[in-house]
Amino acid sequence: MEQHTQHVDEHYDHIGSKMGMWLFIFTELILFGGLFIVYSVYRFMHPTAFHLAAEELDVAIGTINTVILLISSATIAMSITAMQQRKKKLCLGFMFATIFLGLVFLVNKYFEWKVKFEHGHYPGSDTLHELGHGDTLFYGLYFFMTGLHALHIVVGLIIIGFVVRYVINDKVNPERFALLENGGLYWHLVDVIWIFLFPLFYLIH
Amino acid sequence: MTANSHTHHEPSYLEVKPRKGIWNWLLSTDHKRIGLLYLYSILIFFAVGALLGLSMKLELIAPGETIMGAQTYNGFFTLHGIIMIFLIVIPGLPAVFGNFFLPLMIGADDVAFPKLNLLSWYIYILGALIAISSQFMGSGPPDTGWTFYAPYSFQTNTNMLPAVTGAFVLGFSSILTGLNFIVTMHRMRAPGMNWMKMPLFPWTLYGTAWIQILATPIVGITLLMIVAERLFQIGFFDPALGGDPILYQHLFWIYSHPAVYIMILPAMGAISEVIPVFARKTIFGYKALIISTMAIAFVGYFVWGHHMFTSGMSGEALVSFSLLTFLVAIPSAIKVFNWISTIYKGAIHLEPPFYWALSFIFVFMIGGLSGLVLGSLATNVHVHDTNFVVAHFHYIVFGGTGFAFMAALHYWFPKIWGRMYDKAWANIGWLTFFIGFNALYFPMFYLGIIGMPRRYYDYLPEYHGPNILSSLGAIVMIAGLLIIITNLVRSTKSGEKAEADPWNGKTLEWKTTSPPPLENFDKQPVVDKGPYEY
Repeated sequence: MEQHTQHVDEHYDHIGSKMGMWLFIFTELILFGGLFIVYSVYRFMHPTAFHLAAEELDVAIGTINTVILLISSATIAMSITAMQQRKKKLCLGFMFATIFLGLVFLVNKYFEWKVKFEHGHYPGSDTLHELGHGDTLFYGLYFFMTGLHALHIVVGLIIIGFVVRYVINDKVNPERFALLENGGLYWHLVDVIWIFLFPLFYLIH
Repeated sequence: MTANSHTHHEPSYLEVKPRKGIWNWLLSTDHKRIGLLYLYSILIFFAVGALLGLSMKLELIAPGETIMGAQTYNGFFTLHGIIMIFLIVIPGLPAVFGNFFLPLMIGADDVAFPKLNLLSWYIYILGALIAISSQFMGSGPPDTGWTFYAPYSFQTNTNMLPAVTGAFVLGFSSILTGLNFIVTMHRMRAPGMNWMKMPLFPWTLYGTAWIQILATPIVGITLLMIVAERLFQIGFFDPALGGDPILYQHLFWIYSHPAVYIMILPAMGAISEVIPVFARKTIFGYKALIISTMAIAFVGYFVWGHHMFTSGMSGEALVSFSLLTFLVAIPSAIKVFNWISTIYKGAIHLEPPFYWALSFIFVFMIGGLSGLVLGSLATNVHVHDTNFVVAHFHYIVFGGTGFAFMAALHYWFPKIWGRMYDKAWANIGWLTFFIGFNALYFPMFYLGIIGMPRRYYDYLPEYHGPNILSSLGAIVMIAGLLIIITNLVRSTKSGEKAEADPWNGKTLEWKTTSPPPLENFDKQPVVDKGPYEY
């Protein structure tokens, strides 16, 4: 292993903090991994129903949201670079941009879900019950997985919100910005999960 | 605590009190105090769980309804399982002794993330309160057993939501502790302590932490699915909506089997610390013990199917899971041989921790060998869901982890409180407990083989004899437990002052004062030799 540093007087460990965050991201991926297993099992069992149900989803909104998340991942990465270059205002600007894009994503999601509810395509509805097992499971997975993902967006926004406060009062500064990097890592995780959800639900028919 | 004995040293961690009263505990980020917070909360929950267990044994002392009805019994074994598994044996050794001794044993001043460590304890308490609230609110205590099997877990009218949510929250606490330990071991070992000089208890914590991180999220998401199933009818596990209850069992055991190794690996680590000290001999096969730890952690992922031999699986799957189950027994056996070889020709010092360690090996072998009976397909069908299974996992989980917990508690007691307990009473307590334990659980192997199913409040008259013995054993065991706890609690206040190294241990925690100062070591220890060099 690499050299380990003295810690009796020195309590700030940049590498250690990032290592902790990576481990946490591992657990998040496995959390969604359980859902991907369930998705695979039921897609295998009901290929036709999943195919037809997937065509009902709005690819346009899905694509727009994908682009939004990709850009927001870029802005949070740029905020870290700005911090390293000691440009505090620019850093904050990029963070607010990220928060804004995250909120736009949620608004889009709201309208998308709303249409589904109007069509009666939600877990426990009579419409789905009549459509059969395949559709029930597809929409069950759709709402559960995109819902859990949306929850992660909310958590990500809260985390970035906290980091904004720390940047403003200089607790996060060019010498100690592991917190900002970790917030960024979390945001990338949220992005990566969406990169898998998007094709699974919207693209493969 | 009196300070005068340590005047030439820094004050001990128990004497540093920057806040008022109880806040010294509730807001402390000192890993030692957090370890004790876990110890005290675990003891309280254990008292509840043990009383539930005792009541069940009293119910079974005679056929028919003795002290409770069927539904109460269902609630009791469910809560007993939830408390014992999620609140006690999973956090058990890592959260108590891992927190207290991992930094000490690797020569660090704390864990990598002390605040996160305290947060983990609060999440633990939150999860515990949510889980226990299921008993008092809503429509009656949960009655599914601790496994929450679908579809019953979302069909029963009992108060399932808090139980499942509580278990989910507890998973978070477990994950964060594991994460903290891994980073601590990677980043904070004392100068000179490379991986192959690290003591074995930290090594087992390392394996355990990886299991906590890699397996717990699976049960987390599975429990969330049960919550969603109850609230929104998503249908994943509901046959009426096209779901598959067997899939639930798979997802549940993908975590819950590795969880067994979360329970037993740190126990094995503690035993690996105790045995060389009381045999005054270098541990036999240090590397073999490390490799077997990691092998158990790895192979343990691929054996979950052996909980489901009668649930419905293909023949190929059954044979594979059975084979893997036999494979995972090998590294455990390697450890037993290593411990025995360490004792061989050692200078044995018969002290209470060593008695606990020896009896650990004894009960762990009974538990392990009976596990082979369950791992083999044909015999599994015969004893599946009988008392045999209950006996087997109590020999492993209570016999293994419980005895190791006691060994660790008696071994590290003088370091934690700076005092020594009464050894004669400790031995009497151990002997009583040991006799009671075996009288309680051994008859259940026999009851299982002659066909008595588990989880029933009643049984046929021909099962009466062994059940009497078992129930009497429970009473003896609880008596032993009371002796042990009374002795230890009394000794924290009035025991003789302990030296820094009362057992002649060689690992780093014995190099500092008893109890240790807040920052653990007066100056940073430097390591230049292996952990058990006698």
